[in-house]
Amino acid sequence: MDIFSVRTWGVRGWTTLIGLLILVAVPSYASANDAVFIQDLFNRLMILGIAAVSLNLILGYGGMISFGHAAYLGIGAYCVGIPAYYDVEPGWQHFGLAIIASAAYALVTGAICLRTKGVYFIMITMAFSQMVFFAFVSIEEYGGDDGLVIYFRSVFPDPFDLEDAATLYYVTWGFLVASLFVVHRIVRSRFGMVIEGSKDNERRMQSIGYDTYTYRLVCYVISGVICGIAGALLGNFTTFISPDMLNWTRSGELIFMVVLGGSGTLFGPVMGAAAFVLIEEALSGFTIYWQFWFGLMLIGVVLFARGGIDGLLRSAFGLLGRRPGGSR
Amino acid sequence: MDWALLVTQILNGLQLGILLFLLAAGLTLIFGIMDFVNLAHGSLYMMGAFFCATFTELTDSFILGVLLGLPATALLGLAVEVTVARYLYTRDHLDQVLATFGLILCFDAGVQYLWGPAGLAVPLPGWLRGQVSLGEIVIPSYRVMIVVVGLAVAVGLWWLVNNTKMGMLIRAGASNRTMVSALGVDIAKLFAGLFGLGAVLAGLAGMMIAPITEATIGMGNQIIIVAFVVIIIGGIGSVKGAFVAAMLVGLIDTMGRSFLDTFMKLLMSDQNAETAAPAISAMTIYILMAAILAVRPQGLFPPKGR
Amino acid sequence: MSETFLEIRDLYKSYGGIAATDHVSLDVRRGELHAVIGPNGAGKTTLIAQLAGEVPPDGGQVILDGEDITRVPAHRRSHMGLARSFQITSLMLHMTVIDNVALAIQSHTGHSYRFWRDARKDTDLTEPALAALAHVGLADRAGEVADTLSHGEHRQLEIAMALATEPTLMLLDEPMAGMGTEEAARMVETLKALKGTKTMLLIEHDMDAVFALADRITVLVYGKVIATGSPDEIRTDEAVRRAYLGDETAGAA
Repeated sequence: MDIFSVRTWGVRGWTTLIGLLILVAVPSYASANDAVFIQDLFNRLMILGIAAVSLNLILGYGGMISFGHAAYLGIGAYCVGIPAYYDVEPGWQHFGLAIIASAAYALVTGAICLRTKGVYFIMITMAFSQMVFFAFVSIEEYGGDDGLVIYFRSVFPDPFDLEDAATLYYVTWGFLVASLFVVHRIVRSRFGMVIEGSKDNERRMQSIGYDTYTYRLVCYVISGVICGIAGALLGNFTTFISPDMLNWTRSGELIFMVVLGGSGTLFGPVMGAAAFVLIEEALSGFTIYWQFWFGLMLIGVVLFARGGIDGLLRSAFGLLGRRPGGSR
Repeated sequence: MDWALLVTQILNGLQLGILLFLLAAGLTLIFGIMDFVNLAHGSLYMMGAFFCATFTELTDSFILGVLLGLPATALLGLAVEVTVARYLYTRDHLDQVLATFGLILCFDAGVQYLWGPAGLAVPLPGWLRGQVSLGEIVIPSYRVMIVVVGLAVAVGLWWLVNNTKMGMLIRAGASNRTMVSALGVDIAKLFAGLFGLGAVLAGLAGMMIAPITEATIGMGNQIIIVAFVVIIIGGIGSVKGAFVAAMLVGLIDTMGRSFLDTFMKLLMSDQNAETAAPAISAMTIYILMAAILAVRPQGLFPPKGR
Repeated sequence: MSETFLEIRDLYKSYGGIAATDHVSLDVRRGELHAVIGPNGAGKTTLIAQLAGEVPPDGGQVILDGEDITRVPAHRRSHMGLARSFQITSLMLHMTVIDNVALAIQSHTGHSYRFWRDARKDTDLTEPALAALAHVGLADRAGEVADTLSHGEHRQLEIAMALATEPTLMLLDEPMAGMGTEEAARMVETLKALKGTKTMLLIEHDMDAVFALADRITVLVYGKVIATGSPDEIRTDEAVRRAYLGDETAGAA
């Protein structure tokens, strides 16, 4: 699919556009109907969507199953929280720190994890994120287990006053569009081809001359940085930063979103995040035991609807199952 | 040098190691032979604790609580195997991880529904609430019993793996799964049996810790990661590796938490040591795992043929 | 300039006490097609794995055009002119035929830390890729997912990819494996056309192909070289007959 040529848009292209338009219309709808909670819900949805899109870059396209991606959300959030705790206001410092910290964490953990494969990789990414979780829990100064409350959001020059909820929403939407665009370009580029090839047959890629380890590590870092930015947005959104954001079960939720939406597709993760957040919201309204039904849904998706929402849409529109990159 | 503290902490480390071993043994067998990653193993640990708590309350005896709780957990394990797990053996590991993650959600919510949100205390009988003295060092008897029971189970498991037919199948399967099924062994029965065994071991661990920490919702979710760290360090599929790694992790984690700040105070200011030490001690076992993987990526005692 | 292009010196690799490669020494001359034959279990694939850089030898050296590449990792050997085809088809099966070849070309045209341009629209990649495919007769299948090709077409694609990296030395691990007579004959023609321009080390079981293509043959049995020589020399060598060709004296021609 070529973004700049509408003729080539298929079901996926149109779904993406419609989805983004719905999202950008939410604040207006919410204020018209005096329903701020809807705007909040969708704001959180978009942040998780960005995180899921970043995870899908390495998981869906790259075949690297990271069960520790929530670490970046936490790191990004703390990169807003800790400076704020010291009364450091400028937003570019918060976000800059989030980018640097995420990149550093991704580089160090990726360098170790990417030497392993399969389930070892899954377990090690999980273990590293637990490590960061416990590290933050232990630091009493920044709230430890109780978390950290911040009293102002990242300060940017006008008109980007993040204290205004609608502005924060639009800024988040902007990052969502940007991250979708960036991933879209990466996936089609030479770099993306190497990543896709390495997922398919790493041994072959090495024999034709690719240092797959280094390429995958770079991809891993890019993914971490995007997610770290989502974390910084999350910290701004909630103004309450807790180590629980780094819990491995959060990483599981992110993977669930990617799989629910359809991994290896561009907008799938966003749909997955949307479905996750909206179903969670709806179910928890019905019963306090909503997690039970959620768990069943997850098991059901894995057993019966592995292609996720994207898969269901495509069979609904009668298209043959083709992975991206499988068509010319 | 506070000897009493040192001995107590070593004992605590061994106790943690024993518990981790019980968890890790089942996990490594199931993973090593069935190639099945079971995140919900921690939930079976939790269910063991809750079953024991309930039976103890009903029969007014902790011992009976354990003796009734073990088969209950085994049955639960078999139920999980028959309804969910067996459909995932042929799937890739991500699918297994996701589906068992879903099981965790179901178990946590289910426990909340059946037993309420608060934890359940498990009272110990009088004879286990006492203390044992080693010279001037005083240790709670219950902790000693945990270590004794755990070592007994370890020996029993060793005997099972090395001297019985099932054990032979386990060892063969850890090296070569296809061969085992090609030899005409009923794989479905073997796997179900293994799953049940893993469930019992996990449940036993949960039951033993419950009198100390209470049976609480989600109690398995953090320790399951530590159990995975143990089997990665020990070598996936190896019970001996699980034992050594569990002891190593248990001791290092406990000693680290107790003594790292003292050690760090030798190197830096008291205040810095006090801030940094808890964070670093929490990270020690992961650093250990990373270090071992850097040198031996297949773990300390990988089964031959892997 | 030396006539010897690839030198394998006293190469040794053992697995659990059994020597898969038992002090193997052989040399491949520039431009020749050197075949390695031997019964199953002779250690041919282990040998190729060490030459390709996938498996580190326990002892000995691999010297390519005068340079010791024994410890050089696999991906870098490709940039030193080495290409390999696999015995069991090893392709990016979820990607298209042209994607597979384009990747081979991409690897050798600059670096791949390019994140913006659509690689599938890059004529620097697609044109040579199509040319390579045309060379093996797969140009009309360019847009299909590699998974859908027949076994023989997979083997042809393997060769196309190996050629696309413009190698000076090709390691061919049983390219004719599993092929019918017609497909095999076609493969023989493809390889014959390469003789002279590429130096090739060929592992094969198909004796007709071996005797039709090889300039020299080395016979490997239980990891040891038992004979090296021209096809005629090998055909009549006693040790070889005993160990490998057995009673096929009548058929070996």
